[in-house]
Amino acid sequence: MKRHALSTRLWHWLNVFCVVVLFMSGLTISNAHRLLYWGDWGFSREQAWLEVPRFPDWMTIPGYYSLAVARDWHILVAWPFALGLLFMWAAMLLNRHFKRDIATSRREWRWSNIKRDIIQHLKLDFDHGEGKYNFLQKLAYGLVLGVFLPMMIITGMAISPGLEPLLGWMVDLLGGRQSARSLHFIFAFAIFGFFVVHLALVVLAGPYRQIRDMITGGRIDEA
Amino acid sequence: MKRRAFLAALGAGFVAGCNKFADSDAGSKLLGAAERWHKNAHEFLTDRKALAPEFPRSAISPFFRGNGSVDPQNGDYPAQAEAGFADWRLEVRGLVENPLSLSLENIRKLPQRTQVTRHDCVEGWSAIGEWTGPQLSLLLDVAKLRPEAKYIVFRCADNLNGQDYYESVDLIDAYHPQTIVAHELNGEPLPIRNGAPLRMRIERQLGYKHAKYLTAIEAVASLDDIAGGKGGYWEDRAGYQWYAGI
Repeated sequence: MKRHALSTRLWHWLNVFCVVVLFMSGLTISNAHRLLYWGDWGFSREQAWLEVPRFPDWMTIPGYYSLAVARDWHILVAWPFALGLLFMWAAMLLNRHFKRDIATSRREWRWSNIKRDIIQHLKLDFDHGEGKYNFLQKLAYGLVLGVFLPMMIITGMAISPGLEPLLGWMVDLLGGRQSARSLHFIFAFAIFGFFVVHLALVVLAGPYRQIRDMITGGRIDEA
Repeated sequence: MKRRAFLAALGAGFVAGCNKFADSDAGSKLLGAAERWHKNAHEFLTDRKALAPEFPRSAISPFFRGNGSVDPQNGDYPAQAEAGFADWRLEVRGLVENPLSLSLENIRKLPQRTQVTRHDCVEGWSAIGEWTGPQLSLLLDVAKLRPEAKYIVFRCADNLNGQDYYESVDLIDAYHPQTIVAHELNGEPLPIRNGAPLRMRIERQLGYKHAKYLTAIEAVASLDDIAGGKGGYWEDRAGYQWYAGI
C-alpha cells in the first residue's frame, strides 16, 4: 500500500500552488488598505483594531503594486483552491483517510498522551504513536483541512458583494463584512504559520524521503 | 547563506513565472475568464432581484468617506456647485425611444426609494449610508429602451488624471430594485465629496461602479467604442474587473 494516496498527492501539490499564489496576491490586496476592522463598516484609523505593515513588493504577486492584477490572480486561483478542497474532502471521506489517519479518538486527547507527544516532538522523534500520524500531526492536519482552509473560502465569499444577497446570514454570523475581512486575514496568517512549521518539520524529518513520498506515494512498510 | 539565496531565487522565479503567464495570450484570457465564472456563478446562485442587505438608520457611519474625485475642478463643475446645481441636467440618451433631459427638480418629484446600504470599496473599507433617489428602472422605462440596448453607461462630470470618469452595468443591474439615481445621503443633498448632485447606487457591486457627478445615462449595444473599451474608468486605466461583484 502507498503511504500517500494519489488523490492526497494531487491535491497536496495543487493546494501548495494555490495557497502560495493566493497568499502572495493577498498581500498586495492588503497593501491597498492596511487597516482591519470589526463589525460591518470601517474606513479610517479611528475604527481599526490593527494596522498591518506594508508588505514589500518582493513578497507579493505581481511583484509591484497593482491591486487589479493581484485581484485577477486571487479570483482565478480561488477556483482551483475551493474546488480542490471539496475534492480532497470527498476523497478522504471515501478512501477513509480521514477516519483512519486524521480523526482523533478520545484517548488521544488525554493530557498524558499529549504531553508524551510534545516531548517526543522536542526530541525530534516524529515516528511515534500507533497510527500513521501522531496526535499533534492529526490536530494540525485536522485544523488546516477542517478549519483554516474552509474558513478562507467562507470568509472570502462573505466579503464578495455579489454573493451577499445570498449569504447575508453568513456575513451576520461572522460579525459583519469587516469582521469577515479581518478573519480572512487572520486565517491566511494561520495557514502561513502552518506552512512554516510544516516545512521545518519536513526538513527535520528527512526532506528527501518526505518530498519523494508526497510525489511518488512511497510505501508504508518503509516507515 | 546558500540556502537563503536559493529560496530568494525560487521566490523571484515563481513571481516572474506568474507574470510571464499573465502577460501571455492564454494567461490573460484565463485571468479574464475567471471574472466571468464568478459573475455566472453569482447569477446562477442568486435571484436577479435579490437585494443587498439593508441596515437600520442606527447603523449609519458617522462620516461617509469619499474616494477618487472628491472635489472636481474641471469644466463648469465648480460654477455649477457654486450655483447649488440649479442648472444641472441629467440626460437619458443612446438606444432609447424617448431621450430625456431632467432637472434636479424633475428627479426629486419622481417616486423615490430610500435605502440604508453598505458601500464596499475595492481597496477593502466599508461605510454605511442612507441613499434616496428614483430607481434607474423607472427612468429607463420612461425613456423606453430599444431592444438592441445591452448595457447602460453612466457619464460623469469629473475628470480624473485627464480622463472623464464613466462606468457601465448590464441590464440585470440596471433594472435591479436597489439601483437608484441618488440625490440625497442621510437625508441631506449629496455632499460634493460623495458625488453631488447625483450619483449611481449599484448595491451589489464595489464602489468604483457607483458613478458620481452623474450627467448622462446612455443605453448602448456594446462597450467596445467607449473610451478605452473596457466599460469604465478604472477598468480602462488600471485593469479593474468590469464585474465588481467579487
